Amino acid sequence: MGRKLLLDKAHIEGIRNYDVYRRNGGYAAVEKAFKMAPADIVEEVKKSGLRGRGGAGFPTGMKWSFLAKPEGVARYLVCNADESEPGTFKDRYLMEFIPHLLIEGLIVSSFALGSNRTYIYIRGEYAWIVDILEQAIAEANQAGFLGKNILGTGFDCQIYVQRGAGAYICGEETALLESLEGKRGNPRIKPPFPAVKGLYDCPTVVNNVETLAAIVPILNIGGEEYAKIGVGRSTGTKLISACGNINKPGIYEIDMTISVEEFIYSDEYCGGIPNGKKLKACIPGGSSVPILPANLLLKTVKGEKRMMTYESLADGGFATGSMMGSGGFIVLDEDQCVVRHTMTLARFYRHESCGQCSPCREGTGWMEKILHNIEYGKGKMSDIDLLWDIQSKIEGNTICPLGDAAAWPVAAAIRHFRDEFEWHVLNPEEAQKRNFGLAHYADPLEVSVA
Amino acid sequence: MKFSEEKLKKVQEIIERYPEGKQKSALLPLLHLAQEENGGWLSVEAMDLVAGLLQLKPIEVYEVATFYSMYNLKPVGKYLFEVCQTGPCMLKGSDEIINYIKKKLDIGVGETTSDGMFTLKTVECLGACGYAPMMQMGKYYKEHLTPEKVDQIIDECRRTAAQNN
Repeated sequence: MGRKLLLDKAHIEGIRNYDVYRRNGGYAAVEKAFKMAPADIVEEVKKSGLRGRGGAGFPTGMKWSFLAKPEGVARYLVCNADESEPGTFKDRYLMEFIPHLLIEGLIVSSFALGSNRTYIYIRGEYAWIVDILEQAIAEANQAGFLGKNILGTGFDCQIYVQRGAGAYICGEETALLESLEGKRGNPRIKPPFPAVKGLYDCPTVVNNVETLAAIVPILNIGGEEYAKIGVGRSTGTKLISACGNINKPGIYEIDMTISVEEFIYSDEYCGGIPNGKKLKACIPGGSSVPILPANLLLKTVKGEKRMMTYESLADGGFATGSMMGSGGFIVLDEDQCVVRHTMTLARFYRHESCGQCSPCREGTGWMEKILHNIEYGKGKMSDIDLLWDIQSKIEGNTICPLGDAAAWPVAAAIRHFRDEFEWHVLNPEEAQKRNFGLAHYADPLEVSVA
Repeated sequence: MKFSEEKLKKVQEIIERYPEGKQKSALLPLLHLAQEENGGWLSVEAMDLVAGLLQLKPIEVYEVATFYSMYNLKPVGKYLFEVCQTGPCMLKGSDEIINYIKKKLDIGVGETTSDGMFTLKTVECLGACGYAPMMQMGKYYKEHLTPEKVDQIIDECRRTAAQNN
């Protein structure tokens, strides 16, 4: 059993309520933090090696230390709860079942950063979770952990929940800030970065839900102790939301010491693939990151076991590796069609493109159309090269990373499953009736459970 | 349309969440509120009302309302089924669920039944990938959908509507 820091109390009945949470050691991190200097809390987070859990994996302590602190200007902390990356549903779990963990993390972080008005920007569809969070905030206010002069320290803080209205792009931090200001979610050109000019042009830190929740155990056990968990620069624990063709879809907290094979096949985690089917492919970190065929997923090109860490998942770069991303783990069994799956992702990114940059606005629609044609038996061989060409011209040519996020899944699908695309083009009628199947593309792996 | 006294109090409460002069931040929450009050969609009148409350030009409201997919710019049925069709749901059979609902209600995607009861929409990832296939119905998610579960949901909607009439 790996160490649990975020979900260790998840099984306790009634943990959603303040009293139960408090009785089980809740809000100890706030009490500890308020006896520290804000700069020391930032130091503690730096020591922990915590990396942003939203997808980018940027060191949180460093992000915090970039926050500008001009005299007389308000600073803001904004919690990014706009979880929308396909395959990702971990933040929802934290907020729905252990809301006080996030609220506690937010209070500590607000104190460390000097934010008196802190916002949780939550995706609009999580409408019922807004009620849960507002209830938790009300309870924290009543207990004196929020409001004016918290615990006699002279520090004032209030947390507000802001509901989005259905736009993946608002998960990008500057689009989120635009949206929070009541505008369309169009990402801003950087620099200036939010740390200098963010919400209402004030210095702002935007962090993911899981990142801010992790601040609680970091304070409780200390940054150094937190950094001892995991491997190398993948410190602490990470929530993985697992879905697709597995026996036990759900949320798992891993301590980044297990292999991908163990994660998929062991009963503690995904519990293997239903109906004795074989593993075909997997997108290990949310729909934007490269899809990997089974052989490259379980082992790196060097023949080493692939581990569930930032570094190991990225081993081999985009040629033969992928990314930890948001921890949205999507498993495809041997019956699944990579062309169709990629088509749904292309449709997703076309739908979610904000339309600001031409390569993304035009390119995502074009890619969807071509993939649709190939999937429905109207594709040409030259379409595959055209797809490759389009994705390569979106990547790196847009204001925000949505362009890259739209390009990568298409590139990886062609890179690793080109024969499946060709098969669709050559056998348009057959492709309507059955999927490509496993036997055609890779050595079926002899998979042993770790 | 008009907001009730109680709703106007809520409006005030929302505006107070933001620093002075930043009331435009209340636009998204107020549009949600207006949509609820207006039977699930935003008419021009509803958007103009919000513009007035926040002292914005109507165009500032329209450009936001048209950007976000949760704001319905035309009327919808009493029950709105928003079925997710993105990759992870597709792997678990969302295509079959969408086809089943279409057949069962005899409507296409984006259409409303002739009795005004149901509207079917397809949406992109709602963050319920592990509980697929799924759909949003009003404030809540309906997960692990099967044809039988869809039947039950539709029956329940009809029963509730009949009781309320």
